[in-house]
Amino acid sequence: MRITQGTFSFLPDLTDDQIKAQVAYCQGNGWAVNIEFTDDPHPRNTYWDMWGNPMFDLKDPAAVMYELGECRKVHGGRGYIRISAFDASPGWESLRLSFITDRPTEEPGFALERQEGEGRSLRYTTRAYAANKPAGERY
Amino acid sequence: MPDAAPTSAIDLEATFEASGVGPVLEQLDRELVGLRPVKRRIREVAALLLVDKLRRDLGLHAGQPTLHMSFTGNPGTGKTTVAARMADILHRLGYVRSNHLVSVTRDDLVGQYIGHTAPKTKEILKKAMGGVLFIDEAYYLYRPENERDYGQEAIEILLQVMENRREDLVVILAGYADRMDRFFLSNPGFRSRVAHHIDFPDYGAEELMAIAELMLAGQSYRFSPAARDAFGRYLEARMRQPHFANARSVRNALDRARLRQAVRLFESRGRAITAEDLMTIGPEEILASRVLADGAAGQGQAA
Repeated sequence: MRITQGTFSFLPDLTDDQIKAQVAYCQGNGWAVNIEFTDDPHPRNTYWDMWGNPMFDLKDPAAVMYELGECRKVHGGRGYIRISAFDASPGWESLRLSFITDRPTEEPGFALERQEGEGRSLRYTTRAYAANKPAGERY
Repeated sequence: MPDAAPTSAIDLEATFEASGVGPVLEQLDRELVGLRPVKRRIREVAALLLVDKLRRDLGLHAGQPTLHMSFTGNPGTGKTTVAARMADILHRLGYVRSNHLVSVTRDDLVGQYIGHTAPKTKEILKKAMGGVLFIDEAYYLYRPENERDYGQEAIEILLQVMENRREDLVVILAGYADRMDRFFLSNPGFRSRVAHHIDFPDYGAEELMAIAELMLAGQSYRFSPAARDAFGRYLEARMRQPHFANARSVRNALDRARLRQAVRLFESRGRAITAEDLMTIGPEEILASRVLADGAAGQGQAA
């Protein structure tokens, strides 16, 4: 099941040139771009791991693409990678754009679990099949 | 070969006009005195890039030329100034994507402990991507007397990036001629990866005078005719002295002349001062210099 989080996630995966153009757009607006990765696909998992430092003062998308390439060498095909752009102009860093650039070759999707509560009440929870395995061995 | 290529005439002039390079080259001519070999090389590079652009438009093969440069020359011959312009020129020519210049020295590239250098160098390289990286006094990167010096690591990363990511950044190395030569001798990889070795010649007396007048004009000052003559004599005397640093010495001399002019005006504050007085450097400011007082025998630092 294809994970749809962030911008562009209903579109086909972006090509490198398209990613580069998006990064150039972010940098043109003065936003800091950073790269994050995770292997926990749950939609409520908002805290992904950062790849390196946020790239505050870079002027050119080539540098971000270089870091993305380095990140792919380690995590490509074995998890999700996303690019986020933060705008500091309000006085704090606020997220302006976030999109997934890489996803695992196979996304097994989620199981719906029902927990029976008091009376006839039911609580639902989703659980990623991938998350059944320990972190680092999921994809 | 594409069909359109062979017959139709190509309008080089129109491409030149459209590129906006002309004004940049004119500005270079106007604002930089002398430096003929440097200007010629910049013209050559501009011509090559323009022709490459035309070839690409016609679908002919046009490889990305290597534009890494090395600027060598004595102190004060304009290496840093030209490097700052270079980013602008290459940007107008469409060779680099932005006109930003990242200017670094050894301290910015080389770390203090094991494992510190590589991230530091990479960080700088990433910052410079899309523009020009200017490494001033590049020979300090290589310290042969200390074989465990981390400079070597920075050099290796630099070389790798200069080779593999030519389309992403242009590296300009600068330094004094003799030391750069030694640096290139001990790092042959560098020598071959730098396509343009540009030597900055020393300035002649008239060129230094022109520089002085440009500098003064930039700060809304000017020489009185007598001061101009005195400065000509000053330059002659100063050029014979040791530690003469071309345009830098001129700038320092002018700074000191401005100080003396301010003191002279301040001490004569009894009488009215005109705007003309505020703008003019008189001969007494120049003649007060120790260089002229001591004549050709003057040694050590000029005052």
